[in-house]
Amino acid sequence: MATYQEFIQQNEDRDGVRFSWNLWPSSRLEATRLVVPVSCLFTPLKERPDLPPVQYEPVLCSRANCKAVLNPLCQVDYRAKIWACNFCFQRNPFPPSYAGISDVNQPAELMPQFSTIEYIVQRGPPNPLIFLYVVDTCLEEEDLQALKESLQMSLSLLPPNALVGLITFGRMVQVHELSCEGIAKSYVFRGTKELSSKQIQEMLGLTNPAASGPQSRPAAPQDPAVTCRFLQPVHKVDMNLTDLLGELQRDPWPVPQGKRPLRSTGIALSIAVGLLEGTFPNTGARVMMFMGGPPTQGPGMVVGDELKTPIRSWHDITKDNARHLKKATKYYDALANRAAVNGHSIDIYACALDQTGLLEMKCLSNLTGGHIAMGDSFNTSLFKQTFQRVFSKDHNGEFRMAFGGTLEVKASRELKVSGAIGPCVSLNAKGPCISENEVGVGGTTQWKICSLSPSTTLALYFEVVNQHNAPIPQGGRGAVQFVTQYQHSNTQRRIRVTTVARNWADAQSQIQHIESSFDQEASAVIMARLGVFRAESEEGPDVLRWLDRQLIRLFMFHLRRSPFLQVFNNSPDECSYYRHHFVRQDLTQSLIMIQPILYSYSFHGPPEPVLLDSGSILPDRILLMDTFFQLVIYHGETIAQWRKAGYQEQPEYENFKHLLVAPVDDAQEILQTRFPMPRYIDTEHGGSQARFLLSKVNPSQTHNNLYSWGQETGAPILTDDVSLQVFMDHLKKLAVSSAT
Amino acid sequence: MVSASCLSGYSTYASFPSKAVPANPVSDLPSSLDLGNCFLLAPPTYMGPPPVSTNQAYSQYAQGDIQNGPPPMDHSMAQPPVCQPYSHGAMNLSGPHPSYPQQYGVQPSMQQMTNQMSGMQVGSGPLTSAGPGYAPSLQSVLPTPLQPLPPIHKLLTQCLVPPPSLPLPVSLQPPNLTMMALLPLNNNLSPPPPPPPSQPFPSSSPYSGPPPSSQPRAPAVSRQQSFPPGPPPPVQQTFPNSAPPPVSQALYSGPPPSSQPGPFPPTFASPAQYPAAQPPSQPGPPHFHSGPPPQCPMPPPSMSQQQANPLPPGPMQQPPQPGMHGGYPTQQNGAFGQPRGPQPGYAGPQYPGQQNYGAVPAPTPAPTQKRLDPDSIPSPQASELPAVQKFRHRIDPDAIPSPIQVIEDDRANKSSEPFTTGVKGQTPPLVTTNFQVKDQGNASPRFVRCTAYNIPCTADMAKQSQVPLAAVIKPLAMLPPDETRPYMVDHGEAGPIRCNRCKAYMCPYMQFIEGGRRFQCGFCSCVTDVPPHYFQHLDHTGKRVDCCDRPELSLGSYEFVATVDYCKNNKLPQPPSFIFFIDVSYNAVKSGMVNIVCQELKTLLDYLPRENPEADSVVRVGFVTYNKVLHFYNVKSSLAQPQMMVVSDVSDMFLPLLDGFLVNVNDSRMVIESLLDQIPEMFADTRETETVFGPVIQAGLEALKAADCAGKLFLFHSSLPIAEAPGKLKNREDKKLVGTDKEKSLFQPQSGFYSNLSKECVAQGCCVDLFLFPNQYVDVATLGVVPVSTGGSVYKYTYFQAEMDRERFLNDLRRDVQKPMGFDAVMRVRTSTGIRATDFFGSFFMSNTTDVELAGLDCDKTVTVEFRHDDKLSEDTGALMQCAVLYTSCSGQRRLRVHNMAVNCCSQLADLYRNCETDTIINFFSKYAYRSLLNTPTKTVRDTLVNQCAQILACYRKNCASPSSAGQLILPECMKLLPVYLNCVLKSDVLQPGADVSVDDRAYLRQLLSCMDVSESHVFFYPRLLPLVKLDGGSLPMAVRNSEERLSKGGVYLLETGLYLFLWVGANAQQELLSNIFGTPTFSQIDPNMTSLPELDNPFSQRLREIIDSFRSQRSRYMKLMVVKQEDKAELIFKHFLCEDKSASGGASYVDFLCHMHKEIRQLLS
Repeated sequence: MATYQEFIQQNEDRDGVRFSWNLWPSSRLEATRLVVPVSCLFTPLKERPDLPPVQYEPVLCSRANCKAVLNPLCQVDYRAKIWACNFCFQRNPFPPSYAGISDVNQPAELMPQFSTIEYIVQRGPPNPLIFLYVVDTCLEEEDLQALKESLQMSLSLLPPNALVGLITFGRMVQVHELSCEGIAKSYVFRGTKELSSKQIQEMLGLTNPAASGPQSRPAAPQDPAVTCRFLQPVHKVDMNLTDLLGELQRDPWPVPQGKRPLRSTGIALSIAVGLLEGTFPNTGARVMMFMGGPPTQGPGMVVGDELKTPIRSWHDITKDNARHLKKATKYYDALANRAAVNGHSIDIYACALDQTGLLEMKCLSNLTGGHIAMGDSFNTSLFKQTFQRVFSKDHNGEFRMAFGGTLEVKASRELKVSGAIGPCVSLNAKGPCISENEVGVGGTTQWKICSLSPSTTLALYFEVVNQHNAPIPQGGRGAVQFVTQYQHSNTQRRIRVTTVARNWADAQSQIQHIESSFDQEASAVIMARLGVFRAESEEGPDVLRWLDRQLIRLFMFHLRRSPFLQVFNNSPDECSYYRHHFVRQDLTQSLIMIQPILYSYSFHGPPEPVLLDSGSILPDRILLMDTFFQLVIYHGETIAQWRKAGYQEQPEYENFKHLLVAPVDDAQEILQTRFPMPRYIDTEHGGSQARFLLSKVNPSQTHNNLYSWGQETGAPILTDDVSLQVFMDHLKKLAVSSAT
Repeated sequence: MVSASCLSGYSTYASFPSKAVPANPVSDLPSSLDLGNCFLLAPPTYMGPPPVSTNQAYSQYAQGDIQNGPPPMDHSMAQPPVCQPYSHGAMNLSGPHPSYPQQYGVQPSMQQMTNQMSGMQVGSGPLTSAGPGYAPSLQSVLPTPLQPLPPIHKLLTQCLVPPPSLPLPVSLQPPNLTMMALLPLNNNLSPPPPPPPSQPFPSSSPYSGPPPSSQPRAPAVSRQQSFPPGPPPPVQQTFPNSAPPPVSQALYSGPPPSSQPGPFPPTFASPAQYPAAQPPSQPGPPHFHSGPPPQCPMPPPSMSQQQANPLPPGPMQQPPQPGMHGGYPTQQNGAFGQPRGPQPGYAGPQYPGQQNYGAVPAPTPAPTQKRLDPDSIPSPQASELPAVQKFRHRIDPDAIPSPIQVIEDDRANKSSEPFTTGVKGQTPPLVTTNFQVKDQGNASPRFVRCTAYNIPCTADMAKQSQVPLAAVIKPLAMLPPDETRPYMVDHGEAGPIRCNRCKAYMCPYMQFIEGGRRFQCGFCSCVTDVPPHYFQHLDHTGKRVDCCDRPELSLGSYEFVATVDYCKNNKLPQPPSFIFFIDVSYNAVKSGMVNIVCQELKTLLDYLPRENPEADSVVRVGFVTYNKVLHFYNVKSSLAQPQMMVVSDVSDMFLPLLDGFLVNVNDSRMVIESLLDQIPEMFADTRETETVFGPVIQAGLEALKAADCAGKLFLFHSSLPIAEAPGKLKNREDKKLVGTDKEKSLFQPQSGFYSNLSKECVAQGCCVDLFLFPNQYVDVATLGVVPVSTGGSVYKYTYFQAEMDRERFLNDLRRDVQKPMGFDAVMRVRTSTGIRATDFFGSFFMSNTTDVELAGLDCDKTVTVEFRHDDKLSEDTGALMQCAVLYTSCSGQRRLRVHNMAVNCCSQLADLYRNCETDTIINFFSKYAYRSLLNTPTKTVRDTLVNQCAQILACYRKNCASPSSAGQLILPECMKLLPVYLNCVLKSDVLQPGADVSVDDRAYLRQLLSCMDVSESHVFFYPRLLPLVKLDGGSLPMAVRNSEERLSKGGVYLLETGLYLFLWVGANAQQELLSNIFGTPTFSQIDPNMTSLPELDNPFSQRLREIIDSFRSQRSRYMKLMVVKQEDKAELIFKHFLCEDKSASGGASYVDFLCHMHKEIRQLLS
């Protein structure tokens, strides 16, 4: 028998699932005592190069409210050609095409190793991918130039049949028509006026005048010429679009002294959403918005155009002094929901030195599965590479992105679904297995995930509803089935079905087993997500208190100090950005985010991971810290002096040169793969950028206790935060007192 | 002066009659005198010549000219005296007498005739000449005085007779006469009756067409009556032949023609000839003669004489002359009997000065009056109704004041010498006269024309007279090349020097005092210090030494350079911009408009207005196309291709781009041309039929705001804007409302939207020009609101067809784009204490009661200002007016144009009546009436007009004319055309629409008129009708009166209405003529759809086309040429413009209206 660790790893590799408990307490009462609920992290599109999709439709349970997919856990009567649903116990005949089924001739979905299986289904015509660029023109010339180049580059990365569209905005919003010859044509909208989707479509001339008559047939076949004016296949308009982007000018309206440029981001987005809504509802589409500053006019305005009024800070928010916050948030929420309903995702690429309003706009991406990338300028490799990585391809040469996904969760009778946390919205699908206790986005068994990547991970929360007095027979297993339907980037519709099962265990008799089945990492991330979810919706301190009450684990110290929960030293935008990524990344990445990894390089041996503690900061070490968002290379004091002195240039000190290069190479490796691309920082002792490291380490040495620790070890941190030591002491005291 | 001219006018008639008269018994004359005389005859001028012109017609012309020469100083004055004597002399002397007697021989018969006639008139009304109104009077008159005289003779006699027998005529108004045109309705009528018999014919003859019916009767009757035997025909003939002929010829080509008429279709001309002796044969020639007439208005008198002499021998030759007279004659013809009668009468009695009249009548006046009165009074009233019809026939159209004659007289008298503006209170030449102006301290009449140049001292007087006090100002009028445009004056950084109190600008009326250190304002009398830099010593007369060097001290019109204080926001203005908005909806594309506009703009953009012809225009341009959405174009020079930006959110218009929308033509030429090439292609297949309108203007406004400049929007629009947008309109055309109290709503805008919009436009200096290409109702009343309020123009091309209307549209567009104009203008009229500018008419906006704000002001735009008393004026100082227009030139310079005008003040009403200008009064009345339509039922407006005119004339009659029979219609010389013009106003499509006149047309014309100057309104209401006969030489043929009667079947006529040109081709037009004009000798082969004449290589064709071109160049809008063939359907349209005739829509004929007016006056007097 493999260890739990191996079991967990194997499960994750095969199904992309990690449960907090791998043995489930068999009654509600016991489950609630466990504090950490039965829950899992699920990565729907976990890359499985070894999993060839099958070319037929899944077989469904015939019970109307079940519709579970035939899976290896089902009991099959090969002779009678009947299978029993393992969720509702309905007995179903196999479809005619399964006539040849037998013990030795099993379809893939019945084989145990295919607990995760992917079907390719033929439904309707293939839908092209749609990329709608929404570009801010209120940029510095340099930035705009860089952005234009990135955009033109991206055109070459798109599949030729993908549809592209272009909307630019500044003071006005322009929707560019791409199909025209000769005169470049665009539709212009005022940046201050909110328009309904219908109005937008009318104004863009997308409504068929004949259809507006009494005979209202909304499903009237769309005239391709009409729908295509703004969204054209790349291969047809490549030249046009390249020219168009080439001629793109900065917003021409003068910006008076002391004012911000007028940015109609809100309207631009609403038009983008409205355009797609009218032309390609329920088709995978990606709205990619590039903005170089906060929205300053119209609905969705985050800050006024007066420079003397700074953009809201946490301080303003807590003082309820952020004028536009609520209104803007509400506006973008509504937009996000509209986009989500239609299966369109929205990416935000925000590059500016100051905040750009991500706090208000975050739900655009959070609800639609879009990306958020944040940088200082479009003219940085951070942005350029991040953006390029959006279009990265897998080993099949296909985009690592999927569209219009829906995730349905089916569970055994003893289990109910409480909710999900991740880049999804509820589809409000009612079913028998919905828990009354809502955690995250609940009240449904189906969620829409408009855009998926192989790393997109949702946290799903369950509730054990089996009553204490109705024991589950020994060896009973609970099962969960995840059905993910999505549009593959090659325009195929696919369904991926993952069915997993865990044993029930009586908490009283088998508490040890349950304890050993605990997945600490998964639980940490799952609870952290819950914490972040609450932090988003509730007051910060309350969440901390809740978390403190709920969990006493080491990692929590770092989580507590992370920008996911702490807003100090982070702008509202940064918090939104960090949280955005936290709630969608897979377990490994999430852990990095919670507790950054610190490697130490020295002449004393190979690189070794060290404690994230101020004590690890030593003069003769090079440190490499990975916080997910940042990669920091920190040269200790001595190393820095050596480097300054140029020893690495001298042949006799080649070993020093190697030492210097080692962390850089490692960092490169990380940079190559991560999305979004982390901020890469090369600093040294005393450097201003060293703050990135200093703010993360455990302040075991501070200016307060400097002398009690001796100077040789580590560096003091100037902070009032308590150190881990103090934190632990406090926790112990609490634990004891509460136990009594 | 004026009076004199009037007299002369009469005299001319008189002369004719006189000639005839002499032959006839004197008795006749008197009666007749009343009639004819009354009419304001311009002839006086002729009178002058007559004496000289012993020669034939030709000579006459010559004489006419000559006369002009001599009279130069005072046309009227000089002429009258001469005329009178001559006329008399001539008249009397001429053989006519004998002839008459001979022919008629039966003077007694005459009486009989008259009796009969009178009877006839009453009963049958064979006498065509008399209008119904007149009729009554006629009767009255006739009976008494006329009876004795032989009918036929009457006419002639009238002229002749008056002196001897008839005291009546004289009585008319010796004094007044000069001033007025006397229309002794009754009297006139009465006299005419007698003449009718003989004359009527002649008259009829002149008008081959119409007269026939009426004439025939008359003649017949007369003949019968007078000459039962069979004399009638002979009589007529004899007339001409015998004594009368000469006279008639000379004087009234008409009369002779009359006789001939019967026989000869030929019109006027013929008469003359006939008289000569060859009546029958000469018909043709007469026509020709008529042609010549134009040249010599003067001739008549001379003619008479000459004719008398020559007639017998070489009538032929004379004929031409007669023709000359023709114009006049015609009137005379008709009037002969009548007019003559009166004339002599008048001449005699009234103005001794006017020897002609004066001489004879002097003694008689009293009696005549008496006679007239009783007669007229009883008969008219009593008989009016019944008589109406009959009477109509009686009044001879030729006997009533003829616009043609007045115009010709003025032209003859005033065109030779420059008009100097130095003399206060001087009436300028008529707008129809070519003259040169010398600015000597008052604004040229090209800039300012007043209704009266002597204005009453008191409000009471003004009220009593009812003569409107108004000035028609055309601040930026173009001047002919031989006149200098206003000089530019720069008073330096401090800006123009102005009166401290009333802020009037430095002008010749400022009185420098205290050695030149201060000046006293001529307007408010306030004393202001002269700034040191402007100081100058005074000479011994108290004038500044530099007076002559400074335009602002010596001229009536000049310009100041405005300083930054005169600019909006204290910022020097940017050069203006032109933005073109092209409707690209289905209708617009299909009609070909879009294509034409785009093609044209490519070249037109090189002709944007500029001040320095050498330099490029600084005006920037922008382009927008639209249907129910707007397409803006970025035509930045750096672009390879224009960019189109569509704004579909029309509910809340905005400018989608800034940079690249308004560009310099030269910089962006390639891009613009590419755009203009592509626009027609892009929309060639459009199926969009709906359009917006309000948002289009809003877009232009926003563009100008964004560019911070003034400018002009050119809208090319096709249909009613029914698309959902601000300013959306609904089709509310409802012909059922016409004639009801709700009719006014058709002229009001549908909503306040456009009014508000125009306010904003004006604030920005955004002038809107609208070119409409409707196929159906577009609600011009509403669409025109913005153009009208912003100083813009509306052009309307109903049922636009590319082939047919292209030229007209393009020429309008070219002119509209190129014409000099000012932007963002404010006009202020300051007056001397005692009067005040109280009301304004034109295309502008007023936010307060004094400042006329014009977003744009072009060289054709006129602002009419009405003045009222608020105190007494002094006769010593007169009244001053200063009109200052602050504007931005097309090069972006801020300027002030100042026009000064001083007029006299009078305490005698007679002075007022002697120095007013009917054309200007009509201009004012029509504007006033057209504006009243907005708030008042049409009928009320019409009644008010008639009423006011009646009051004006009644006041004159009561206060200025010597006592005379109430049956006499006595008109001030200066206003003798008031009735005919007023009738034209009343009959206009706006005030009395025919069934085929659309609501849009009326609204269009209504708006159009509001900024017309006097010359435009003149031709608009009284079109110019030219007979196309001999077109050799540089002069134009003399116009004929606008009546179908004046058209000869054998002729071709050119009619100019100011908006259209018609070429009317008589069914029997000579082949040679047709060949010359159309290149085809056959009437039936003439293509009625042609819009331009073929370019044929013959002098006639060349000259005709030259004339047409010159006509077009005189008007602010291109006149489309329409060929109308007699008896063709299209003739109805043409006839519509024959404004002396009864109109299809029920408008009264001139004669009828005159009678009506007379009745009104009499009611006021009684």
